[in-house]
Order: sequence, then C-alpha cells, then structure tokens
Amino acid sequence: MSANGMDKEKRKRRVHDGIAIFVFLLPALLLFISILIAPIAVSVYRSMYDWNGFSEGTFIGLDNYKELFTNGSIKFMVSLKNSMILAFFSVFVQLPFALLLALLLGRAPKGERFFLSVFFMPVLISTVVIGQLWLKIYNPDYGLLNRFLDFVHLENLKHVWVGEVKTALGSIIVPTIWQYVGYHMLLMYAGVKGVSTELREAAMLDGATFWQVDRYVVIPIIKPIIRVSVIFAVTGSLKTYDLVRILTEGGPFQSTEVPSTLLENMLFLRNRYGMGSTISVMLIALCFAFALLITAAFREKDNS
Amino acid sequence: MKIRKTLTYILLGFWVAVNIFPIYFMFTFSLKSNEEIFGQNVIGLPKQWLWSNFTTALNTGNMALYFLNSILVTVASIVISIFAAMMATYAITRIRWKFSKLTNAFFMLGLTIPIQASIVPVYVVLSKLHWLNKYTTLIIPYSAFALSMAILICTGFMVEIPTALDEAARIDGCGIYGTFFKIILPLMKPAYSTVGVYSFLQCWNEFMFANVFISDSKHRTLPVGIKALSGQHTTDWGPIGAALVIATFPTLITYIFLSRKIQASFIAGAVKG
Repeated sequence: MSANGMDKEKRKRRVHDGIAIFVFLLPALLLFISILIAPIAVSVYRSMYDWNGFSEGTFIGLDNYKELFTNGSIKFMVSLKNSMILAFFSVFVQLPFALLLALLLGRAPKGERFFLSVFFMPVLISTVVIGQLWLKIYNPDYGLLNRFLDFVHLENLKHVWVGEVKTALGSIIVPTIWQYVGYHMLLMYAGVKGVSTELREAAMLDGATFWQVDRYVVIPIIKPIIRVSVIFAVTGSLKTYDLVRILTEGGPFQSTEVPSTLLENMLFLRNRYGMGSTISVMLIALCFAFALLITAAFREKDNS
Repeated sequence: MKIRKTLTYILLGFWVAVNIFPIYFMFTFSLKSNEEIFGQNVIGLPKQWLWSNFTTALNTGNMALYFLNSILVTVASIVISIFAAMMATYAITRIRWKFSKLTNAFFMLGLTIPIQASIVPVYVVLSKLHWLNKYTTLIIPYSAFALSMAILICTGFMVEIPTALDEAARIDGCGIYGTFFKIILPLMKPAYSTVGVYSFLQCWNEFMFANVFISDSKHRTLPVGIKALSGQHTTDWGPIGAALVIATFPTLITYIFLSRKIQASFIAGAVKG
C-alpha cells in the first residue's frame, strides 16, 4: 500500500518536472527552431529547386550545386577564392601579430591595461562605420592614403583603391585585419595571463629567455585558445559581408564578391531563391567542415 | 635588455597610433567643412568647429530616429534573449532529466551556424506574412541569434550556484518555478551584464539582416541609416562623419568606463566556444 503510494508520488513528481522542463525550454526552443533550425531545413529542401520565392518551383535535384561550381557567371568560385584569401591573411598575418601583442603584454610592461584597452577598441565599432571611415581613407581624390603618397612624393603608387581590380580585395583585407587583431589578442592575452607565474619563474631560473619561455611554456598552454581563434578567423572570413557591401559592393567587375553578397544578389537581383538557398547551405557546410578540420588538425599535432 | 624593451615599446606605441588615428580622424572630420577636409587641414584639429554637421546628420539625415530605432531593437532583443536563455539554462542545469546534455548541445549548434544560413527562408516567410519593415522583423531574429551565446554564458554562471540552495528552497516550500524566480534569477546578476554586453554589440552593429529586411526609412537601424546617408551625401563629408560619431560614441564612452567588464564578457564568450 505504502509502496504503491510512493510510486504514485514519484510519477506525479516526474510529470510535474516534465511540465516544468517544457515550460522553461519553450521560449528558447520556439526562437531557436523557428529562426535557425527550421529555416535551415527549408534551405536544404529549397536548394534542390528552381524557385523564384513565390511560385511552387520545380524540383531539379542537385543541379543548383552543379551549376554553382561550374557556371562561371555566378562567380561562386571567385567568391570562395576571395574568402580563402581573406582567411589566409587572417590566420597567417593577423593571428601571429595578435599572438605577438598578447605575449608582449603578458610580460606586464608599463601601461599594460592601457595598451590592452586601446588595441581592443576597434572591435567595438560597427563594421559599417569602419567601412565608411576607410572609404574616406581610400578616396582617390581627397583620401588620406593618396594624399599621404603625394606628400612623400610616391605619386606613382597612387591608386583608385576600391575601384581597381588589382587593389580592391586588398582594401577589404586591410581593415578587416586591422579591426579584429584586438579581438584575437584579447583572447590570447587572457590565456597568457592564465599561465601561472611560478611556472614562468621556474623556467627563467633554469636560464630560459623570454622568447624561450613563450615558445616552450606559454604557447603550448594556450593552444586551445589559438585553436578557437583560428576557427573564428576562418569561419569569420567565410561569413564576411559588411565591409564588402560598404567598400566595393562586390566590384569592380564582381572581382571582390564573397558568398554572402552573392547570396543577397540571388534574392534581389536575380530572383533565384533556390540558388540563394544553395549558397546558404554551402556556407553552413563549409563553416562546420572548417571547424571540424581545424579541430582535427590541432589534435593531430598534439599527438605527433 | 634595454634594446629589447625599447623595441617592445616602439611596437606597442606604433600599434596604439594605428588604432587611435582612424578614430581621431573620424572625430575631427565630423566637425570640419569640406574646404578644411579637402584643403590643407586634413588631419589637424578643426579650425572652425562645425557643430552644424551634427544637426544636419540628426535632422535631415534622420540619425536621431535611427539612433532610437537601434536602441529599441537592441534593448528588446537583449531582454528577450536573456530571459529565454535563463529559463532554458535553468531547465538544462537545475532539473535532472535524461536529455538535458543533448538539449544543451542542440542549442550550442547556434554558435557555429552563420546568420546567413536562415536569411532566404526567413525573408520569404516574413514577406508572405507582410512582416517586413517592422521592429519585430529584426528583434525576433536578433534574439534567436543571441540565444546560443547567452545560454553558454548563463550555464557557466549557473553551475557555480550551489545546488544546496535549491534544496533548501524546496524544503521551505518553494516549487520549481518559485526557486527560479526567487533564488536563481537574483543570483545571476553578473551573468546579465556579461550576456548583455555581448548581445548589445552583436545587435547594435548588425548589418546584413537589417539591410535585407528593412527597406523603409522609418524602421532603419544605425548601420543601415549610415549607408543610406552616405548615399545621399556623397560629396559632403562632414555630416557623414557626424553620423559615424553618433553611431560609435555610446559604445566607446561606455567602454572607457567599463573596459574590464566588456573585455571579460568577450573572454567568457570565447573561452568555451
């Protein structure tokens, strides 16, 4: 009798808990599923359609994917190449420089807080503002860059920076790297500061120089943070949109298109919603693939 | 030894200049006339402080409206995402059930999913429902995209609260809901500001959704407004500079006073991500 009562009590509590779990999860699940998960499912489904967004559309299997890679006029390969160039500069120029700054600040120079705070400042500014600001720097007639070149008598280096095929991509890469050095520096700095001072001092007592301590003690410890930075830098490059929209609009001659600007063009210039979905799906797939690949690469290195 | 120290400071000093200079340039040209900017006074302090650039940006450029729109959209998104995240985190970390870990992993997918992923279907659905060009057009997606990070940060804070508190509350007759509102929410104060800072910057600066979903001038947020303004004033730099300053100074001033807190919130957001 009493065992039965306890069972009932238990079941009642479980139902009660179940309802509570449901209630507490409901708002988050509603938001998350309706804005992220369901649209992705729809994107995957629609990526296999020739669809203008309003009619039923016709099922064409993987034709959109094939066209994406083979039809040169869509410029998807160009956009991927641009993203990869940006990723390359982020990983091999921006991150090493951020690491250098983090290591230098980790040695507690005078004004450590000041330097840290200034270096992080550009991260807080909207990319649109950064873009507008750099447009004023790149302006062919009155921009700071060309006027500086005039001033030092290097007129032959002057360019219509965002308007020439040769320099347009570079003028997107420079502000991007400039803006986010501080972000990666901050993450790495937090890691560097987490290395215990005893460990450092012990290494120094053994006669290691600053650089040796950094190389053999600090960097191995902050490796997980470096991994996160690499993932952010690469996926961030794939997702670039703001600066391209502001600085070049993908031009000249679509030479600076990135996947996100192509995606927008598919919707508003070409009414190809099916192809737009295909680009979305490729973006998600690439972001996840690179995240996994980078994680695996770091693990591989640890083992060897 | 000494040489290395000097080199270090030269490098750090150089990078300070590279960081400060564009911001200084922005502030000064926002107060200059075209004659000064295009003439001999490119980088100096303005000779004549032209505050009229700011009135032009605020009135004819509509920056005052865009500023308020940005505040409304940002604050609403932060409130919604924090509340939804607190509730979800409570269900995941404080109630014991089979799939809590899996649910958490499910939400963490949002950290890698790019905002571009959902733009096509969300756009089609919103335009079919005639739901473009409203504040909620931006608030709902922004809340959703801020959610994963908010849950990640909240989890970090909530697991620090000893479960003994929940048990004590139960004994005193507090139910699951009462414990959440009376015990957990008040103890999560540090989490609010950490999540808030992170979501603020994400929403305040967001451009792609705002650019695609908002086409009427009444509901523009600052980033879209700046793009529109620079399209109208291609030759007049002063008002554009003023608009850039208007969009930036709230963040920078807050940063001057709360730099530690803001940095800490970015670290909290990345270390586990």
